[in-house]
Amino acid sequence: MAQHTLSVLVENKPGVLTRVTSLFARRGFNIDSLAVGVTEDPTLSRITIVVGGDDTPIEQVTKQLHKLINVIKIQDLDAGSMVDRELVLFKVSAPPDRRHEIIEIANVFRTKIVDVGKNSVTIEATGAADKLEAMEDLLRAYGIKELARTGKIALSRGLREGPA
Amino acid sequence: MRMIGGKALVQALEDAGVDVVFGYPGGVALPIFDALYDSTSVRSILPRHEQGATHMADGYARVMGRPAAVIVTSGPGATNTVTGIANAYMDSIPMVVFSAQVATPVIGTDAFQESDITGITVPITKHNYLVKDPAELPEVIAEAFHIASTGRPGPVLVDVPADVSKAEITYKWPAAVNLPGYKPTYRGHARQIKQAAQMIAKARKPLLYAGGGVLASGAWAELKELAELMQIPVAATLMGKGAFPEDHHLFLGMPGMHGPKFVNYALTETDLLIAVGVRFDDRVTGKLSSFASRAKVIHIDIDPAEIGKNKPVDVPIVGDAKLVLAAIVSELRKTASEPRTEAWMRVVDDWRARYPLHYQHSGDIVMPQFVVERVRELTKDRPTVIATEVGQNQMWSCQYTRIREPRTWVSSGGLGTMGFGLPAAIGAQVGRPEHLVVDIAGDGSIQMNSQEMATASIEKLPVKVVVLNNGFLGMVRQWQELFYEHRYASSVLAQDCPDFVKLGEAYGWHGERVTCPDDLDGALGRAFDHDGPAIVDCRVSGEENVYPMVAPGGSIDEMLGGIPGGPVSEMLDGELLTEVWE
Repeated sequence: MAQHTLSVLVENKPGVLTRVTSLFARRGFNIDSLAVGVTEDPTLSRITIVVGGDDTPIEQVTKQLHKLINVIKIQDLDAGSMVDRELVLFKVSAPPDRRHEIIEIANVFRTKIVDVGKNSVTIEATGAADKLEAMEDLLRAYGIKELARTGKIALSRGLREGPA
Repeated sequence: MRMIGGKALVQALEDAGVDVVFGYPGGVALPIFDALYDSTSVRSILPRHEQGATHMADGYARVMGRPAAVIVTSGPGATNTVTGIANAYMDSIPMVVFSAQVATPVIGTDAFQESDITGITVPITKHNYLVKDPAELPEVIAEAFHIASTGRPGPVLVDVPADVSKAEITYKWPAAVNLPGYKPTYRGHARQIKQAAQMIAKARKPLLYAGGGVLASGAWAELKELAELMQIPVAATLMGKGAFPEDHHLFLGMPGMHGPKFVNYALTETDLLIAVGVRFDDRVTGKLSSFASRAKVIHIDIDPAEIGKNKPVDVPIVGDAKLVLAAIVSELRKTASEPRTEAWMRVVDDWRARYPLHYQHSGDIVMPQFVVERVRELTKDRPTVIATEVGQNQMWSCQYTRIREPRTWVSSGGLGTMGFGLPAAIGAQVGRPEHLVVDIAGDGSIQMNSQEMATASIEKLPVKVVVLNNGFLGMVRQWQELFYEHRYASSVLAQDCPDFVKLGEAYGWHGERVTCPDDLDGALGRAFDHDGPAIVDCRVSGEENVYPMVAPGGSIDEMLGGIPGGPVSEMLDGELLTEVWE
């Protein structure tokens, strides 16, 4: 079962997200990640959906999505031709004597400390899935108190310029 | 022009060319009904239940090829339309349902008679709207009718809050609709059309598999032209009945679970399946892996999501059946293609002669199949619409009627909605006042919407109901007999309760009972000639089964009942087929 990243351009209207997500539920798909936001055109939103499934059912659900009146365009992005990012906030247990180690890890991963509390630090990390997973693994040793992620967003890569 | 929302809604119906509304009023719907009261061009019909309203609009659309409107109130009025909307959605029938809604400030507060009908109907509508800005009303209504009746047709729901229908707006009917996310493809891909034509020209054992899409697109003339030009036999699904004249020598019958054996044999043996406006429904295909397994498949459909959904396709053609079939015919004419199906037709005709539909005649007991045959014969020379309920009555009607005119067959296909037939017949009668409209019913189904008998009387719609009264939920009983050791759990009705003749009389209908085959013609004749609605209670053989039958999940050439024979591999006429294969 492969992971698919669907980039769905929709009209920015109430209820559209429900139509899209309920279609996945109705056809038996579990959405792994979902991110929505307005695009450069305020009348349009982009929904980025990560979903696991074999090619044939994914093709069917994509065709069904196309039939929604509010859906303008769908791209099934493949790993080689997209840039994808996700933002994660980690609130990590950090007693004063271990705070340094955690800040060190944050630096190594080129992420930002956005909040420091008496017993915790909060790290803002962006990147591709493998980097975020590696970071999560390391931080788990210190105790992750809370974690929030935006869900993956992605765009297709621009064509490389150069001589034909 | 300035007017209130309710008036604008009715004005929009007139501008959309709607001539009939099936509407049931209620509290928050009153501004709309008040405006409807003044309309001179829109006929308003009051059903006795909102479900009836939707099936009436459905029956109307099936015979007219264009949508009627349904108007209901909020809450229970809206939720009562759900079955009718789902039915229209499954069968791709155009319809626009207007539900009144509680006023916008109280939406979401569990107000009296509030229900989230747009939320409820998302999976069963082609699209739906909750109108919050009164100014958008004309545009939304124009879009609703456009979406319902173009592309693959279907129901659209428009939810209109009470404050929206009371607000004053400036009315302007939009000249065009602009929906960036909705652009149906009508013209098929030229190269694929060419490829399809080449395959058709070469095929020795082609078969046309025609469905509701042919009727939706009005493609019956093109279908006939293609079939006759290349001498290709035609199997029409339940939804496609009437798409091809059923008295034509190239017409085979309905494929699938209760199709005649020879139709399923042809489907199993064909080398080129030309599927037009069909969706390879499980009731047609049976076990998918053995369905048309020797054939290349051309699939023509306006909905790209149907192509390849159930069955892999060799030549997919997304487009309107009428345009695509016409293009294929013109390609075949250009290449001066000639039919090569003479031997194939002999095989098919041989099967047709050996494995016809069959039932045991009786001189004492009224056989249900006999009733359908007599309805067929007695209506032969007059324009007739046949509606059915759902169950055995429907399957026998499929098997024993001969529909010759497109859009004169009204039956619930995908959803299989009991209680559909009577209100749908009433809607059909509204559209086709000159036609004799006959609902072939079962004693179970008819009781699900029998309250609409009042609508027929009061609106002077002279529909005829022929009840195949066997005292059972017949199809349920049949399955229990075959697959549940004759344990008739909750499927036993009573032939004499209700007394359908008295029920008819209570509603001002003509009513008759038939208990003996000799009396059948007289009773049917009197009912059909009666100038008002009539019901004929035919007390038929109680435990008759619909045969032949493909067991659920089985291959379609392995059928129970009927004349012994099959599966195909065991009963091929060697000599004839050798000729086809050579």
